[in-house]
Amino acid sequence: MPLSFAPLVVSLVLADKIRKYARVNSLQQWEKPLKYALVFSVFLISTEAVLSAYSITKWIWHVYLIAMIAFSLKQKELRTLRMFVLAFVPFEIVSLITDLAEVINVDFFSANETYFKNAMSLTYIWMVAILFSQNRQFKVAEKERIKRQQEDELNKAIAIRKVELEGLVAERTAELTLQKEELELTLDELRSTQSQLIQAEKMASLGELTAGIAHEIQNPLNFVNNFSEVSKELLDEMMAELDKGNSNDAKEIASDIIQNLEKINHHGKRADAIVKGMLQHSRSSSGQKEPTDVNALADEFLRLAYHGLRAKDKSFNATLKTDLDANIGIIKVIPQDIGRVILNLLTNAFYAVNEKKKLNIAGYEPLVSIRTKRQENKVEIDVSDNGNGIPQKVIDKIFQPFFTTKPTGEGTGLGLSLSYDIIVKGHSGELRVETHEGEGTVFHIKLPINA
Amino acid sequence: MEKILVVDDERDIQALFEQRFRKEIKNGELEFVFAFSGEEAITYMKDHDQEAVLILSDINMPGMSGLELLRRIKEKYEVPPPLVMMITAYGDTENYSLAMQLGADDFLTKPVDFTALKEKLKAKLV
Repeated sequence: MPLSFAPLVVSLVLADKIRKYARVNSLQQWEKPLKYALVFSVFLISTEAVLSAYSITKWIWHVYLIAMIAFSLKQKELRTLRMFVLAFVPFEIVSLITDLAEVINVDFFSANETYFKNAMSLTYIWMVAILFSQNRQFKVAEKERIKRQQEDELNKAIAIRKVELEGLVAERTAELTLQKEELELTLDELRSTQSQLIQAEKMASLGELTAGIAHEIQNPLNFVNNFSEVSKELLDEMMAELDKGNSNDAKEIASDIIQNLEKINHHGKRADAIVKGMLQHSRSSSGQKEPTDVNALADEFLRLAYHGLRAKDKSFNATLKTDLDANIGIIKVIPQDIGRVILNLLTNAFYAVNEKKKLNIAGYEPLVSIRTKRQENKVEIDVSDNGNGIPQKVIDKIFQPFFTTKPTGEGTGLGLSLSYDIIVKGHSGELRVETHEGEGTVFHIKLPINA
Repeated sequence: MEKILVVDDERDIQALFEQRFRKEIKNGELEFVFAFSGEEAITYMKDHDQEAVLILSDINMPGMSGLELLRRIKEKYEVPPPLVMMITAYGDTENYSLAMQLGADDFLTKPVDFTALKEKLKAKLV
């Protein structure tokens, strides 16, 4: 009793292949019909075996296979499977013709059975060859597909990562912007603090001067008061002489009064100049270079600084030495700024000699001197003292802002730093220090004349 | 005539004293000579031995200070040392005690009260 093995295998292979293909290509709608097809194939072969109804079921197999093949060829989604489906077409045609021939004309069939058998064999060869080559193509295609899938996944992952990174970048940008704004704010605050500090330093040095200025003003004021009082007495005397008719004596007194008035005027102007100098010092610098008598500036600040220190420390005394080069003439500098530098260097010098004096070294005579000298195209100003000198370990720091060796509250630590800025940046000059421990210190200023 | 030596680095002090003591000078009651530094004062004292009986000196002067001048005068002129009156703009105790220690006979503070000075000079020289 024959069984329809070949149709069964064909139907199973075909259905299975389409099912796999459908799954891979996400054609879910095919899943169910194909499952039914598989079930139907098993059911058909079982029926055939149980009922020994080969002669009937073989026709059902034909209809079933033709329907399946036709259906597969017609579907657009299954175009890539066309070659695979075609592998079974000759088999079905030849087996159908064989079966038909057997039914219609048994004699003819018997006479040509060998041909039919050979034809069947050919269809099997065809089937195997096609399936073999298809299998290979499918494998290649599958590899391609997996590769594409991996690429897709990779691209997807990249896209996700990109979004994440963009988010991160935006976040960081926002953070940085915030930080930048904060820094700008801090910078503004620092700038205003700096200008406040500069102002404070200026006021501190003005404080150093106040006592000196008071002393300097006191002398001319005493003269103004005395000469005006004396003049009043003289006028009374003159009136008395005039009453007596001594016009010659009266004239003599009058000329004395004139002299006194001139003296009053002279000392008034002296006080005036001192106050002007003080105002000039406290006034914020115009930043403009003006023709300036550097010698007068040096002399003025030497006296002011000395009296300033004396007023604070009554026991203090020092010899002042000036060696001012008359050939300097008038040079263009910012007078307030240069005045501040000279004052600062002198204040330091007085501080240094005063500190050394406290050590009670026998025979020590405090000496502070200021020297000016005209060179080829520059002016030199040297401020020297015979104090203790600057220790080697701090020499590198003395021009740094906020560095001070003075006790807290006595120095701002800005004096030399600002002096350096004024000379080097403001006047394109040089500020150098030369010091010998235990012997003294010299600060050299060099100012270009045509700057 | 006994002389008063005034020592001060301010030159106008001469005109001021001459006018303030105008009557006294005219009447021959007082005579003034002037020196404009401690060194000058020392030279004058050398050249005019014991001529000045009273010295009025500023303390704060460039070069030799008034206190140094006081020290030298009191050291050198033993019998009888001239009277020395110190004047200072710094009315502080340290200068005062130092001046007194060095043998100053009086201590005045600027601005000088000329009426009071006149009385003192007359009292000391009589």
